[in-house]
Amino acid sequence: MRVISFSLNGVDRKLTVDETRTLLWVLRDDLGLTGTKFGCGESVCGACTVLLNNEAVRACATPMSAVEGKRVVTIEGLAHDEHLHPVQEAFVKHLGFQCGFCTSGMIMGAHALLLKNPKPTRSQIINEMEPHLCRCGAHVRIVQAIESASAVIAGGAR
Amino acid sequence: MNREKDMMEVPEGRGFVQTMDRRDFLKLTGSGLLVLCSVDPLLGQSAPVAATQRGATDFNSFLHIGADGRVTCLVGKVELGQGVMTSLPQLAAEELGVSLASVDIVMGDTDLCPTDRGTFGSLSIRMLGPTLRAAAAEARAVLVQMAAEQLKLPITDLEVRNGVVSSKSAPSKHISYGELTAGKRIERRLDGQAVLKKVGAFTIMGQSAPRRDALEKVTGKAKYAGDIAPSGALYACILRPPSHGAKLLRADTSSAEALPGVRVVRDGELIAVLHPHRDEATRALALIKAMYSPSPSRLTHETIFEHLKKVAPEARATGSRGSLADGEKAAAQIVEQTYLKGYVAHAPIETHSAIAMVEQGKVTVWAGTQTPFPLKTQIARALNIAPEKVRVITPYVGGGFGGKSASMQGIEAARLAMATGKPVRVVWSREEEFFFDTFDPAAVIQIRAGLDAAKRIVFWDNTIIGAGERGSALFYDVPNHRTAVRGGWNGNPADMHPFAVGPWRAPGANANVFARESHMDVLAAKAGMDPVEFRLRNLTDARMRRVLEAAAKNFGWSPKPAPSGRGFGVACGDDAGTYVATMAEVKVDKSTGKIQVVRVLCAQDMGIVVNPEGAAQQMEGCITMGLGYTLSEEVQFKDGVVLDTNFGTYDLPRFSGVPRIETVILDSPDLAPQGGGEPAIVTTGAVLANAVFDAVGARVVQLPMTPARVKSAMKG
Ligand code: FES
Ligand code: FES
Repeated sequence: MRVISFSLNGVDRKLTVDETRTLLWVLRDDLGLTGTKFGCGESVCGACTVLLNNEAVRACATPMSAVEGKRVVTIEGLAHDEHLHPVQEAFVKHLGFQCGFCTSGMIMGAHALLLKNPKPTRSQIINEMEPHLCRCGAHVRIVQAIESASAVIAGGAR
Repeated sequence: MNREKDMMEVPEGRGFVQTMDRRDFLKLTGSGLLVLCSVDPLLGQSAPVAATQRGATDFNSFLHIGADGRVTCLVGKVELGQGVMTSLPQLAAEELGVSLASVDIVMGDTDLCPTDRGTFGSLSIRMLGPTLRAAAAEARAVLVQMAAEQLKLPITDLEVRNGVVSSKSAPSKHISYGELTAGKRIERRLDGQAVLKKVGAFTIMGQSAPRRDALEKVTGKAKYAGDIAPSGALYACILRPPSHGAKLLRADTSSAEALPGVRVVRDGELIAVLHPHRDEATRALALIKAMYSPSPSRLTHETIFEHLKKVAPEARATGSRGSLADGEKAAAQIVEQTYLKGYVAHAPIETHSAIAMVEQGKVTVWAGTQTPFPLKTQIARALNIAPEKVRVITPYVGGGFGGKSASMQGIEAARLAMATGKPVRVVWSREEEFFFDTFDPAAVIQIRAGLDAAKRIVFWDNTIIGAGERGSALFYDVPNHRTAVRGGWNGNPADMHPFAVGPWRAPGANANVFARESHMDVLAAKAGMDPVEFRLRNLTDARMRRVLEAAAKNFGWSPKPAPSGRGFGVACGDDAGTYVATMAEVKVDKSTGKIQVVRVLCAQDMGIVVNPEGAAQQMEGCITMGLGYTLSEEVQFKDGVVLDTNFGTYDLPRFSGVPRIETVILDSPDLAPQGGGEPAIVTTGAVLANAVFDAVGARVVQLPMTPARVKSAMKG
């Protein structure tokens, strides 16, 4: 057990936890943030993707020790004062989801991509999103959504 | 109809997947107009007379109009991502003459919603749809009748708009649905007399109403079974055998029990480790030392096909016409071929999850399931309690595809909640998901067919092992044919498959359409004809001709016998009442055998379209998912062990493999709405196999078409 200090969705947190536990289950079970999903537990589906210091990471493979002193952003931290983030808005507009189970991870992955590269090419989008699985086959619309979010973000709307 | 049509701007009505309790419900239905309706699942239409005689519980949906004018549909179906939470209210709003925003829907709750067999088979719109529409039309008729009495006007002078009945001649005379039902309790049973609106009069059906689940799903607020968290809940990780057929000899749980906060429960053969945190329960489970007897199975994913041929049940004729012997005599050319397909996993990204809670002898289970009502019965049986003591609530389901028709996790959670007195959640690991999945069965399909001198098919002899009959019916003109089936996804002898098999999106049709449409191309090549022209020569079914011609026109197909080097393929199929024709373009890397799909176009006649954007989304999903069973997905196993335990070895379709996808939905106003969740997946195998043949002249007869199989087909 150890005290881990980190920022979660913009709020400073201190947690006393076993630092070998993973961020995924601490988020879901200890903190009640269930928007981050479990799909595989082995870093091979992307459903648990969150941002750690603005980089997309798999929460299922991130031990709490790695979170110390960092900024964590989850899907719950993306919308501000009831305003959807442009990536979320684009997923709604282009229907980039069906069952929605991969959606949190997809949105966080896309958000991380656009943070480092606001104007990705289609092939850069595909490259970045490649590790994310969607069983419902929403891929075509997810790519459209990311392209349209990029246009909004790079266009300076936010 | 063009799917690019703009989405209609409509404020959202609510969709409840889990938030309403019994009290809210009684309050809701305590007054107002309640229409109970019944659908005969076999006929697919309302069976009013029989329904009224079957007693009060035998109806499939409610429609309720409250004093506030809000309309609530209560249906036993569940939202798996297919969008029925949005499209079913469209049907009700249209027929009632109310705004879509005033219609709420409650789904998949066994205490609130009427009994339903399950959400599968593309039945929601096709089977429940007509009932719901009729209920709404009936309600409108009742309300207009009441309005006529209150306003003292003839019915012919009345019209309904946005839930308000008004006089056509004197528009100032009007009364709302809410005013009409206020303070009254009116109950109606559907008598089948309701008159449905004509397509031309639709204002809500046929529009792309925005999805009701969108906001919750993009903000992480949507709750799935694993997200429900009653306080004090424990996770259960369950001890599993290493292989199918292995028997537990002994288990030493002492090291697991020694961990702080861990509790071990043994309930018969069920051994579970419980802890408030899932990761800690998983760790404790790994400490159990268990001994199992080896599995008696000696089958592998390579030897399975020979095994199936040996042990599959006797052939059952599912279709025949004319005489095969006459056909053989008339044939100038005969081609025979065997097609194979391996086992395919459902692999929804949400693993089977459930949480169970016992309060005052009543068990409540939130489960990710396609079959809440059958699950309720199974839980009652497993716990040996009365079914009224069990409530199954279905929150959002993270994909099903047939795999969540079986919901063992719900029973496990209920048993463990009973045993511990605590809320217990069961969230299968990906390994458990692969192990207990009810796979799409492997199949061996033999087709022998002949052409006469005029290049018409004169006979067709088809024996299907493993896939059942769905998708095997011939819509081509074949004077002499016979189709025989040996086993499907259910009702098989115990030793046929080494693990469970079950329904998988358009069960069996993927294998059958792959075989039939591949064989059509084999025949076309034999005839030296273009594959589309060859099909049209052997096709008088006007509906299928129209779909095929629409596909060819939109794709820009120009006739050329295969292999033309273009990499173009075509395949036709019918499923769930819908007709599809799919065309594709592929590139094949001759050195590696890798297939890159460039473009897929699917034309579909699905009758009246309720929500065009939703329908296109389903078609795209079908095509994308279909890439998996066609190109990469095959469950590997050996001696009862499922070798695939996660996505590292079992390859789902990914972004880089998804082609440009175009969907064309034909205008079909004279046909009631047909299925949309499955039809477009059935053609994927054949369309790509045919495109590969057109590209490189190699016929791949086994799915998935892995690079190795493509290369070996190229060697001939
Ligand atoms: S759950 Fe973390 S990548 Fe799948
Ligand atoms: S929307 Fe269902 S897995 Fe992506």
